[in-house]
Amino acid sequence: MEKIVVEDVYKVFGPSPEKGIEMMKQGVSKADILEKTKNTVGVAGVSFSVKEGEILVIMGLSGSGKSTLVRCLNRLINPTSGKIYVADTDVTALGPEELRQFRLKHLSMVFQNFALFPHRTVLDNVGYGLEIQNVEAAKRRERAMEAIIQVGLKGNEDSFPAQLSGGMQQRVGLARALALDSDIMLMDEAFSALDPLIRSDMQDELLQLQDKMQKTIVFISHDLDEALKIGDRIVLMKDGFIVQSGTAEEILTNPADEYVAKFVQDVDMAKVISAESVMLKPKEMAYYETDGPKSALRKMRHSHISGIFVRKDRKLLGYVSAEDASEAIKRGDHTLEKITQTDIETVRLDTPAVEIIPLLARSNYPIPVLDEAHRLKGVVIRGSLLAGLAERGTE
Amino acid sequence: MDIYRIPVGGVIEAIIDFLVDHLAFATRAFAAVTSSGIDWIVSALMYPPPIVVMLVFTALAWFLSRSWKIGLFTILGLFLIWNMQLWGATMSTLALIVISTLIAVGIGIPLGILAALSETAYKIITPILDIMQTMPAFVYLIPAIPFFGLGAVGAIFSTVVFSVPPCIRLTCLGIKQVPKELVEAADAFGSSKSQKLFKVQLPIAKATIIAGINQTIMLALSMVVIAAMIGARGLGGEVWRAIQRLEMGRGFEAGIGIVIVAIILDRVMQQYGGKGQQTQQGE
Repeated sequence: MEKIVVEDVYKVFGPSPEKGIEMMKQGVSKADILEKTKNTVGVAGVSFSVKEGEILVIMGLSGSGKSTLVRCLNRLINPTSGKIYVADTDVTALGPEELRQFRLKHLSMVFQNFALFPHRTVLDNVGYGLEIQNVEAAKRRERAMEAIIQVGLKGNEDSFPAQLSGGMQQRVGLARALALDSDIMLMDEAFSALDPLIRSDMQDELLQLQDKMQKTIVFISHDLDEALKIGDRIVLMKDGFIVQSGTAEEILTNPADEYVAKFVQDVDMAKVISAESVMLKPKEMAYYETDGPKSALRKMRHSHISGIFVRKDRKLLGYVSAEDASEAIKRGDHTLEKITQTDIETVRLDTPAVEIIPLLARSNYPIPVLDEAHRLKGVVIRGSLLAGLAERGTE
Repeated sequence: MDIYRIPVGGVIEAIIDFLVDHLAFATRAFAAVTSSGIDWIVSALMYPPPIVVMLVFTALAWFLSRSWKIGLFTILGLFLIWNMQLWGATMSTLALIVISTLIAVGIGIPLGILAALSETAYKIITPILDIMQTMPAFVYLIPAIPFFGLGAVGAIFSTVVFSVPPCIRLTCLGIKQVPKELVEAADAFGSSKSQKLFKVQLPIAKATIIAGINQTIMLALSMVVIAAMIGARGLGGEVWRAIQRLEMGRGFEAGIGIVIVAIILDRVMQQYGGKGQQTQQGE
């Protein structure tokens, strides 16, 4: 279900925004519009949607309009034209009081420089949104404490923000947004002001929290690695336009234009490319119930492979090597029971390539790729992995 | 050769005359009320033995500043004033300052808030403040007389006019200096305008606003001395009399009294304003 739908939103700052939009539509460049009309184009005809429970990352360099765009969603900045639907409500049509109520109910926000209130304790910062809603003190305290515990800050509730480290301050910012129980969280460069190590921790924690909460999150970032790590989908912006949107892999493997390609060129492909995109179709499988060593070996010879995966009840059971199969034939075995190795390494469809490399190095069989139901979807062999990385890395 | 002389002074005089004719009954009534208020404060301060008042002020100074140094300075300074036989004059000066500061703050903070929140108000108020601050202080004494008569109330009027600008300016500045992200955060969490003002903007601007009040007090103190020219009593009156009689020693004694009062008020206010700042920065 679509939680947020943005349709053709423009934001032009300056004396005559309407004129700016008109020129924009005629294809006049941002710089020319600024020079001729003194209007600054922030967001230029942007449309996208966010599904419920999804993390959408809006990414771009500074000046790309991403922060303006996210502020249009809760109308901290009023869009010049276009429609924004949040939870099926047309946000652009709300009056001041309705907007206030709407923000309380649906949209909480986490800010780049934390934006904590310096004169309030952690507890009172986290409880701010509830205080605004006139929630009674005892209940407010209880819910604020819950949020504080959720972000791991128990014991710091009476500190002032300035007494906390940057990472802890942003946890407070996160808790303040969580305490409100709104269904959508807007995160504006939420982790950009943090040290790299702490940033990475916070990203992990956000993902863990998200597993439990299933909120709809719009996350602004200028950091591609961050976007790839936490985004279910990514929208890439430049000069107020959306240049490309899609999953991390779609953007990396199939950049829409030169700008995107340049943007993504430094990414370590091995971290992003999943098993699914480097695996080969399994040529042949043995069936535990019906195949014996002889028929298994015949299948291997037929497909020119030196081992075969064994299937039972539609699930992957194990692996039989050609060597073991010949031994078994000599012994006179009629089933695969004794020669099937069941403790083999497997990976999921979305396992990144970087994690498959060591598995390949230490096992003497191809790595099977399984889906959730434990069915064999493909195999990764050294050649296919390297080819996949090389091909996408150099394009 | 005669050039036409633009009647700037004449026009202003005409306006003030007009206002006096039509408003004097109100201002005189106000003067009467305020004057009895001042008398009441002065007699309340003069009623107990000076040592009791000294101890009360010292306790108050210590309580507000939490600094034993300021407490010690207060008791010693007040003792010296009493010893120089300026106790009565100091009490009436204090009464004038307290009343004019209260009025100035009562006018200044709301106007400062208005100027911070409304661009139009800002554009109207700022140039007026510029004029008010560059106009020589003595000039304010002249219209004070027809409106409020000679004495304390006229002095308070001119003192308020002279001392209100920093309170307005710094209140406005303090609110405008609240980081944009914090204002956005307040908005994003659905605050109404008054919730935003009282829960976020004013508390964060508090230190700056107190600095403005402090400046207002200091200006009030200097104006109260000048206002002695229109018959305000107190330490200023002592200085004024010493000038007229060329009593050098007496003039300096009264001057020292003013300095002591100024230092006490300034330090207490600074400590009080600074304290809020410190908790914010987590010292």
